[in-house]
Amino acid sequence: MNPAARCEQMTGDHETALRQGEAELRPPPAPPGTGVISSWDLSIGVDGPGTRFTVFTAGCPLRCLYCQNPETWRMRDGRRVTVDEVMDEVGKYRRFLTVAHGGVTISGGEPLLQPGFTAEVLRRCREIGLHTALDTSGFLGERAGDALLADTDLVLLDIKSSDPATYHGLTGAPLEPTLRFARRLAALGRPTWVRFVLVPGLTDDPGNVEGIARFVAGLGNVEHVDVLPYHRMAAEKYRRLGLPFPLPGVLPPGPELLERVHAQFRAHGVTSI
Amino acid sequence: MTSTTNATSTVAVRNTSAERRGVAPAPWRGFRGEGWRTGVDVRAFIQDNYLPYVGDESFLAGPTDRTLAVWRKITDLLPEERRRGIYDVDASTPSSITAHAPGYIDRDRELIVGLQTDAPLKRAIMPAGGLRMVENGLAAYGYTLDPKVKEIFTLYRKTHNDGVFDAYTPEIRAARRAGIITGLPDAYGRGRIIGDYRRVALYGVAHLVTAKKAELRALEGAFASDAVIRDREELSEQVRALEELRRMAASYGHDVSRPAATAREAIQWLYFAYLAAVKEQNGAAMSLGRTSTFVDVYLQRDLEEGRITEQQAQELVDDFVIKLRIVRFLRTPEYDQLFSGDPTWVTESIGGMGADGRTLVTRTSYRYLQTLRNLGPAPEPNLTVFWSARLPEPFKRFCARLSIETSSIQYESDDLMRPVHGDDTAIACCVSAAPVGRQMQFFGARVNLAKTLLYAINGGRDEMTGEQIGPVTEPLRGEYLDHDRVMAAFETMIAWLAQTYVEALNIIHYMHDRYAYERIEMALHDHPVKRTLACGIAGLSVAADSLSAVKHARVRVIRDDSGLAVDYDIEGDFPAYGNNDDRADDIAVGLVRSFMTEIRRHPAYRGAEHTQSVLTITSNVVYGRHTGNTPDGRRAGEPFAPGANPMNGRDRHGLVASALSVAKLPYDQAGDGISLTNTVTPEGLGRTEQERVGNLVGVLDGYTDAGGFHMNVNVLNRAMLLDAMEHPDRYPQLTIRVSGYAVNFVRLTREQQQDVVDRTFHGSL
Repeated sequence: MNPAARCEQMTGDHETALRQGEAELRPPPAPPGTGVISSWDLSIGVDGPGTRFTVFTAGCPLRCLYCQNPETWRMRDGRRVTVDEVMDEVGKYRRFLTVAHGGVTISGGEPLLQPGFTAEVLRRCREIGLHTALDTSGFLGERAGDALLADTDLVLLDIKSSDPATYHGLTGAPLEPTLRFARRLAALGRPTWVRFVLVPGLTDDPGNVEGIARFVAGLGNVEHVDVLPYHRMAAEKYRRLGLPFPLPGVLPPGPELLERVHAQFRAHGVTSI
Repeated sequence: MTSTTNATSTVAVRNTSAERRGVAPAPWRGFRGEGWRTGVDVRAFIQDNYLPYVGDESFLAGPTDRTLAVWRKITDLLPEERRRGIYDVDASTPSSITAHAPGYIDRDRELIVGLQTDAPLKRAIMPAGGLRMVENGLAAYGYTLDPKVKEIFTLYRKTHNDGVFDAYTPEIRAARRAGIITGLPDAYGRGRIIGDYRRVALYGVAHLVTAKKAELRALEGAFASDAVIRDREELSEQVRALEELRRMAASYGHDVSRPAATAREAIQWLYFAYLAAVKEQNGAAMSLGRTSTFVDVYLQRDLEEGRITEQQAQELVDDFVIKLRIVRFLRTPEYDQLFSGDPTWVTESIGGMGADGRTLVTRTSYRYLQTLRNLGPAPEPNLTVFWSARLPEPFKRFCARLSIETSSIQYESDDLMRPVHGDDTAIACCVSAAPVGRQMQFFGARVNLAKTLLYAINGGRDEMTGEQIGPVTEPLRGEYLDHDRVMAAFETMIAWLAQTYVEALNIIHYMHDRYAYERIEMALHDHPVKRTLACGIAGLSVAADSLSAVKHARVRVIRDDSGLAVDYDIEGDFPAYGNNDDRADDIAVGLVRSFMTEIRRHPAYRGAEHTQSVLTITSNVVYGRHTGNTPDGRRAGEPFAPGANPMNGRDRHGLVASALSVAKLPYDQAGDGISLTNTVTPEGLGRTEQERVGNLVGVLDGYTDAGGFHMNVNVLNRAMLLDAMEHPDRYPQLTIRVSGYAVNFVRLTREQQQDVVDRTFHGSL
């Protein structure tokens, strides 16, 4: 079964989820200087270089089958905070983040669903000398203004597939906006890490990987590709939220598959880790 | 340059030919500086002679077949020791520096010799600390004490333990029994005293005896007050102990009356001095000091003279470390419950920066750490890196890499210790810093702060037994706990606790000096010595969160029929210590400050300076078991968090936020150290090895910069620990850091293993 067909089979639950995702595309107007976040956290080695203060914004237009953060899907599940409040929290870690060669990452959810808030946080972090990263699917890349990107030291861009049908099946959204955003970042010379979640049966098709590798190799601004092996650690979150776990039968990729994918990227001269 | 090289090689040749004629090379040949030569000043010697190393690990050598053969002799015995609890014991010879005949692991192959008894892993009895400890320790493993020894230590010779109980008050006994004051060194050696063992290598025993005799002579003019009489007796004992050290070394064929002339001798002399200490004292912690950079001067000289190769230098270090790994004491199963894994705290302090800005890292700092690879991970010696962001980058990365590989290293802030204690400071036990050979501590274990809070609520009655232990005060009434009233009652109870505690410690150390004085360790200290009274607290995070709950949520009291508060119902949320949130963290800081203030009100034995630690070792499990339900929602019997750690699972924002909460605890109010144990999964540090190393370095830099004092770094997966619980034989050397020291995971009790598994693993989800 081809991945797209397999995704189609993922039934009504996913259909409902996808409709919710579309609803997220039109968030209610926000009071200026505020945004809706799901949480913040300090992470090491997963959301960019060094120790990161990571803000998880609430609301995402995509409903990826392998999403690890279903609690961030809906904006109304988050809490509204002011940029000042976020910066007060960031301020507690400013010195640590600097010494530890880390910075601030805006992740989500989809941060570009709230481009004003995201831009403001990035700008304020930049002003106090912190390294900034934006973790995005790129689907709403057009909402990112040039100023926002100028305040972003590093983009973590999630390219889920090179095949429009597979991409749509996985996320419920078209692929093209993400590719367009990637080309724009390349044109701007923004340092970028591409993230690719390797899900057996869904994204592991050699042709799919090949397509991403070829695309990434042509960009020139991508420092490396993070091949992220699918894992099932979010199952507990789904259970708590009363949501069906979308990929009940899918297991993490084995070492051979991982090595094959790395080799495919390497063959195109792309560093993959 | 040419002439220097020639001079060196000429010396080497001359010495070598002289040695062939049976003449030892001049011990101090080539050494620079004058200040250290006449008196006793090892630090000055190091400063004048050491060679800082800022390069990377590429020069290091692996283990030789010889090293592996010697080590295998030990590892072959370990399964049997693990199975039986102890491998063997000499139940008839009270240990002393000279009591046992020489022993060897593998006489033909060993480079550094000397064992505590006449065979490896054979334990000794040390009844001067307490006879009951010896008897129970023997009985637990199926041995019986020689009746003659029992007779001597019952009829003719009093022990430290006997002395203490002669002077304890009923109040102290009750507090001890209830577990509000625990772990007291009243039945065994207090430990935590580090002799400056390097002195024996640098000066030889004859020089040290002369210096001690001069100190004794200086007291001849003083009026014979209590203090002067005691000092004179102690100095005379010290001289006697040095003489015994010389005899013990002679039994192994070495003359330590003169200074060491080669690196091998330097390590051997140093080890003999340490060995004398662990033959004489079953101290709670028998730490080594700060020896790597001192030893480096000798290794470097031998390397330059062409006497040894890098391979041989590493062999000497490996052989020395094998000896340190097999230090053993006979202890009771109850003791092992408190401090699992048979720890001896052979703590070695490595690295750091000098007062002059040069790093104290040398090649031998690397060589010591390299033993974790050459011999595999192990809990002892307790390798402790003095961390500063200014350490050479390659060294920082090497330490981080080894932490990730072995989880066997702890880190302490050189930047906090150096301004207080100088740059020749070493850690005793886990987190207790003191300048080597100049300062000693009176070890005081710790009090249970969480239980104290419950006593405050219950008017001094124990929440588990109902027994009146503390002073009779008015129990708190009303359905809900009122913050101001809780604080007032808590302050009263803390004042009582501090006084009872200091009194107990004064009694203990008076008797220890009298009946189990550390003769050889103190012989390797200056006179007069600076003393600290090292108090401690456990249950800080439970107490802080409880007070936070009372302040920020509503805590309803559930009482039993007798009116005793036995449980609490929390309505609403409260900020918890461990999230870098001042609302909770300030409470913890306040507790540390106020307990220290109360402690200082009560004069300490021998004019010691009061200090305290926030450290539990593994006793957090036992303290938890003896403490009822607490107002933070913790259930009765549940373990406390170790040391200064936030409670498991309540630090919700990851390792860094958690660590920054701990970093707020004031070192100047907890001068005996603040312990933080972290466990992170490999993925929680990054995706590639390079990334993980860099990120761990960053975390340590950031934590130290924030004023953090100590961090244990475990890089582990929970799955592996669960597997090790089921299949211990597959993980004989699995080492984890618990709280200021490391243990063999498979030697922990099941309950302690479970506690480790339940702790917060900072992962990447």
